[in-house]
Amino acid sequence: MSEHVLEFEHVSKKFRRGELHDSLRDLLPSLVSSLWRRASNTELGQREFWALEDVSFSVTRGEAFGIIGPNGAGKSTVLKILVGIMNPTSGIKTVRGSLSALIEVGAGFHPDLTGRENIFLNGAILGMSRKQIQARLEEIIEFSGLNKFIDTPVKRYSSGMYARLGFSIACHVEPDILIVDEVLSVGDWTFQNKSMAKMKSILKSGATVIFVSHNLKAIAELCDRALYLDAGHVQATGRPSEVIDRYVRRAAAEAEMPCVEVKSASIDRVDLRGVNGESSLFRPGERGFVDVTVSVATADEPFTVALSLRDESDNLFFYVDSAGLAGHPLFLVPGKPKTITFELAMHLGPGSYYWNVALVQLTLNRTVDQRRMARRFVVHSDVHVQGIANLYPQLTSS
Amino acid sequence: MRKALHLLRSHRDLLLMITWRDIQVKYKQSVMGFLWAILMPSVIVLSGVVVRVAFTYVSGTLIRPEEVLGIAVKSLPWAFFVASIRFSSVALIANQNLLTKIYFPRLVFPIAAIASQLFDFVIAGAVLVVVLTFFGVGVSVLLLWVPLLVAILVILVLGLGILLSAANLFFRDVKYVVEVILTFAIFFTPVLYEAEMLGARAHLLLLNPVAPILEGLRACVILHRAPDPFWTAYSACVAALLLVLSVGTFIRLEPLFAESI
Repeated sequence: MSEHVLEFEHVSKKFRRGELHDSLRDLLPSLVSSLWRRASNTELGQREFWALEDVSFSVTRGEAFGIIGPNGAGKSTVLKILVGIMNPTSGIKTVRGSLSALIEVGAGFHPDLTGRENIFLNGAILGMSRKQIQARLEEIIEFSGLNKFIDTPVKRYSSGMYARLGFSIACHVEPDILIVDEVLSVGDWTFQNKSMAKMKSILKSGATVIFVSHNLKAIAELCDRALYLDAGHVQATGRPSEVIDRYVRRAAAEAEMPCVEVKSASIDRVDLRGVNGESSLFRPGERGFVDVTVSVATADEPFTVALSLRDESDNLFFYVDSAGLAGHPLFLVPGKPKTITFELAMHLGPGSYYWNVALVQLTLNRTVDQRRMARRFVVHSDVHVQGIANLYPQLTSS
Repeated sequence: MRKALHLLRSHRDLLLMITWRDIQVKYKQSVMGFLWAILMPSVIVLSGVVVRVAFTYVSGTLIRPEEVLGIAVKSLPWAFFVASIRFSSVALIANQNLLTKIYFPRLVFPIAAIASQLFDFVIAGAVLVVVLTFFGVGVSVLLLWVPLLVAILVILVLGLGILLSAANLFFRDVKYVVEVILTFAIFFTPVLYEAEMLGARAHLLLLNPVAPILEGLRACVILHRAPDPFWTAYSACVAALLLVLSVGTFIRLEPLFAESI
């Protein structure tokens, strides 16, 4: 029987929009009015809204649990209730064991103190005793890679150094339950890999970890279970791949805005499929299909549908267009939309990618319509590899 | 109250670190360093001398050295009182980034603020001991009152500081009110003058719970007389009641801090 170390039962949290009364002048009227109206736990006042509504989930010991969702979904509120900074308006929160949160690295740093002094201060804030910090001091400094600057006030640090030191302290706390909020994306590439490896070793040591991240790849890689939160409601819980898929598809659907402008030709739809229907999560080498539906207003013009694969920073990884592939341009009849399917083998390394689609008029060489970030998808590899290319490594020894 | 003590015991190291941070930050990048700890009391003593010289001019008697020493003995705890209240009442809002991000007992903040002032108080106290010895102020058993009186003062400061820090989080007006009161409080407290100078109305002045402590300190250190037991007990009761009340209020309000700041 696995033990629940953390439980949320029908938790709701109410917030107020706008300012609270800040001075005595505003207080008196509000006190008078609150005498008349008793505050209610279930109804909303004039300027109130639910940041969380009826959120339930539980985390078992030793589990890695991911929380994903768009900005403003209520993720931070969940964390704040979890660590005890806020109380829920209604519902019950249960925590069994010591809990430590990496909500913002370096939150407790004082700019005038040196790196070493801040390690002691921040360690204590995160719940370590002085002896524990003393014992791990060398390890923390080593991990941060800041040996040379450890006796310099942190106000002289670069933001990367600042964050690295913060993360190094935080991941050496070793609580029963660790909460990690978007701190894995700290530092340069080398440091990110180092922190990812550290996270994995923490997970292996049997700690319960809760991740909140927009880095879906990290969630897919690290978590046993995930929760998708949107607008204060739980949308899905379960295996990370399925939950991420739900989230990505919903986000893509919302990004698709109706086009009002009348164009000579337009992209009507972009769909991404796997072998078993619509999908946004692929394994390396798996087959994928991109369906692009286009329509025109005038006849007898040559078009090509261009498909490009990019990452979040808009780096181009792959490009193909229908005319180049087929050897002839595309001619369309007004009123008769046409769907073109690109069949692709997703030989990619793990990460999240975007399909951009453009419709180009060939005689003018002009882009008539385009969909940036038309479809987002995640490639998840069981083998630990990095980079965009996938060379399918095999190991032999002699 | 018991819960508060328990929480503080389990967060002893944290309290220590935050206090240490407050002390360190104050002296970082300052040339004078710990000398600042005796600056404030020295200024109070100086202004006391000015006031006393004015008195002697009116009355025609000469100023005596033990009067000045009496002012010195009272100005130290007074400087501690003023700085502690000023510092602790903003302790919560000054740590806003921690308050909204990481959980630990919030009582740590005002207590650490006061503890760091206590550190200054101790330094200045050591200097005062040297000065008093130099002027040949004798030693007596009555000095055993000093730790007790200081303890009452610390409890009083804790009670006020904890309450004010929470109040200031909800209403920033508190900060300004505190500033105004602290500026003029020296006129309503026997620091530069003695309570008995008011004659029959002295007891009105002693209603201010800080007053009996200051007078008590002067009595046992300079005059080698025991402090007035009734007024000392009065101060102690006020301090204890205030502390219990403010810790209770503080803990009750604590869950609202993060969203009301």
